[in-house]
Amino acid sequence: MHYAGGYTIYCPEVIYISYLSDLVPGESAFINKIENTDISRRLHELGFIGGTFVECVAKAPFKGPSAYLVRGSVIALRKDDARLINVQRAPYSSDCRQYQKWD
Amino acid sequence: MGLTNTSTGFLTARGGSGKRLSYTAILAGNPNVGKSSIFNALTGMKQHTGNWTGKTVASAVGHSEREDITFVDLPGMYSLRSHSAEEEAARDFIRGESADAVVVVCDALCLEGGLSLAIQITELTENVIVCVNFMDEAARREIDIDMSVIENALGVPAVGVSARSGEGISELCEIIRNRKSIPKKNRTVSVYPPSVEAELSELESAGYMRWDVTDAWLSGEMDDTEREAFDRCGGRSDGFSEMLTARPVIVAEGIACDAVKKIGTDSVPERFLAYTRRDRMIDRIITSRFWSVPIMLLMLAGIFWLTIVGSNYPSSLLQSGFDKIELLLYSALSFLSDTARELIVCGVFRTLFRVVAVMLPPMAIFFPLFTLMEDFGLLGRIAFNIDGALARSGACGKQALTMCMGLGCNAAGVVGCRIIDSPRERMIAMLTNNFMPCNGRFPILITMSAILCAGKMGLGALVMTAVIVFGVLATLGVSKLLSATLLRGTPSSFTLELPPYRRPQIGRVIVRSVFDRTLFVLGRAAAVAAPAGLVIWVLANVYIVDGTLLTYICAALDPVGRFIGLDGAVLCSFILGFPANEIVLPLTVMCYTASGSLGTGADIAGILAANGWTSLTVINMMIMTVFHFPCSTTVLTVKKESGSLGMTVLSMIIPTVIGFLLCTLTSALYRWL
Repeated sequence: MHYAGGYTIYCPEVIYISYLSDLVPGESAFINKIENTDISRRLHELGFIGGTFVECVAKAPFKGPSAYLVRGSVIALRKDDARLINVQRAPYSSDCRQYQKWD
Repeated sequence: MGLTNTSTGFLTARGGSGKRLSYTAILAGNPNVGKSSIFNALTGMKQHTGNWTGKTVASAVGHSEREDITFVDLPGMYSLRSHSAEEEAARDFIRGESADAVVVVCDALCLEGGLSLAIQITELTENVIVCVNFMDEAARREIDIDMSVIENALGVPAVGVSARSGEGISELCEIIRNRKSIPKKNRTVSVYPPSVEAELSELESAGYMRWDVTDAWLSGEMDDTEREAFDRCGGRSDGFSEMLTARPVIVAEGIACDAVKKIGTDSVPERFLAYTRRDRMIDRIITSRFWSVPIMLLMLAGIFWLTIVGSNYPSSLLQSGFDKIELLLYSALSFLSDTARELIVCGVFRTLFRVVAVMLPPMAIFFPLFTLMEDFGLLGRIAFNIDGALARSGACGKQALTMCMGLGCNAAGVVGCRIIDSPRERMIAMLTNNFMPCNGRFPILITMSAILCAGKMGLGALVMTAVIVFGVLATLGVSKLLSATLLRGTPSSFTLELPPYRRPQIGRVIVRSVFDRTLFVLGRAAAVAAPAGLVIWVLANVYIVDGTLLTYICAALDPVGRFIGLDGAVLCSFILGFPANEIVLPLTVMCYTASGSLGTGADIAGILAANGWTSLTVINMMIMTVFHFPCSTTVLTVKKESGSLGMTVLSMIIPTVIGFLLCTLTSALYRWL
């Protein structure tokens, strides 16, 4: 899979495409693309980049934000913001436990 | 949670004839990596630290005599691209030539975050030092970090430290002093694709700063040379700006991957180092739909219970001690006239002693307990849990954190609102902060709940928790009202980092809580109580016809007071308690006993009952305590932070009006039932 700028990622068999906000605690996914809005730059900086492996670790009560483990840190995002991130679910989360090097 | 000494001005004075200028270093890094711990360790300035992101809200400047370096502790940031005025100011400051070194502090367990910021900073200035903190935590998990990998990749010195133990700090300072004389090393890692790198190198030799070029490309405001370079390296293609922002992060990850190794071997450790399985399990429980509210309530009730139980005996001890000191003072000042003696001892000093005796024990227990929670990492989870409710009230999730700060001291809570980016939401947080009763108001609530529950300790803690919960609900309601009327707008986007749970250092916490917060807030209260005591003594002892000024005021306020279910004495006490809420209760007692000065300890319940207090009055008193205008320090802080007189006035009116309304309501209900 190619992205602009010439870097490639490894992506396992695709199950189906959905949004980050659809993930339930325990589920993980690879980020596909982030819709281009004001907050997208902030999301990039926090580590939500195309090709990144993300795992949902917690969801707050009262329809609150969800916490995502991305690049070693846990970041909480509100549902509206997580909805901007397109993901492909990863079938086996244990595959991505090791560091992966991008070229 | 007390007001620590932060200076918002950046370095100004750098001269002095004949004196050699000391070195300066800027501490930058992601939030929650321990910059402030390093700052404290070196300057001893007790910058307020705690385990949740967003703690440092203004830059602090401090000097280390031993190392001869002046440090600037910047607030944590994920990236230099400006989002707020603070990040912009930080950027401009890093760019300036005045600092000898910019130290980018990283977390050993989450290296890529810090390294991506380091990469950005190396585009802005040459004198960068990478400092990897929490090396002790890494060693505990058998992780080793190869500093030479980082040094070669980025071309800057890298040093590992452990702020908790102080290891590596002197080495860091040594490098800071020598930074400008270390020869420039070429980096082995290229951040951007070859075509982009080529253009950037060309522009660099033409005198441009790498950072300015990429910034121009991203913002679209380029000059001609930059535009040509932009077009040449494919700037118009799809995804170019995403690439520019993303590449530092990805490259940082690559470097981290190379640098981080399991001790003794060459193998790569498990990916997500900082956030362990245990953290995961704890978070699942704390944020679950079923357990979150009970757990939070239980924690709150627990802290209150310990505070109430623990402060009972020390308070009475202090009071009897002070009584003895008072007698000594009285005889020592026998050379003064009687009136003067009365004024000084019974007016000023007694008020002072009262404030201290009442305030000190609860604070000495509450602050350490709260700090322990903070250091452990629970505050971020609390904000996480409450954000849902806050977002629907039009407020920001970080308001939960400012509310917690307000529990310690409302003025500190208002200052803490700086962590909220959106001005609208910041204003809402400032205006509603007073609904969280500060430590100064705790004693009133504790005494009242004790009276209400006839001394049963457990019940008292529950009542306190109920009061706080009520305050939280009021905050939500008023926030919703404000965002629907005066402070209209859409909720801003909200991101919060949940740091991994860290073992709090109990000894350090206690010492820090005592000196940093308790004594400071106490000092402020004393400074305010002394002159207030003077004024009160005058009011209570100057006779006009056959009543003192105080009795006249009480009588004048009485009709209003009775209407809302209290009386004139209480209202008068609240008004006179404007400088410091700690004296409200003693003032009430004083008005009742018509004494010339504050009573000493004794039977409050009896005095109140003798003056016609019922359960309703007690309840109303508690309501009024939570819902009335903020203390003078807080009001001044609101004015300073918001810059608007209108908002300051509003911050006084809103709680008071609500208090009046609620008291009237309860009185009406009482009469009706």
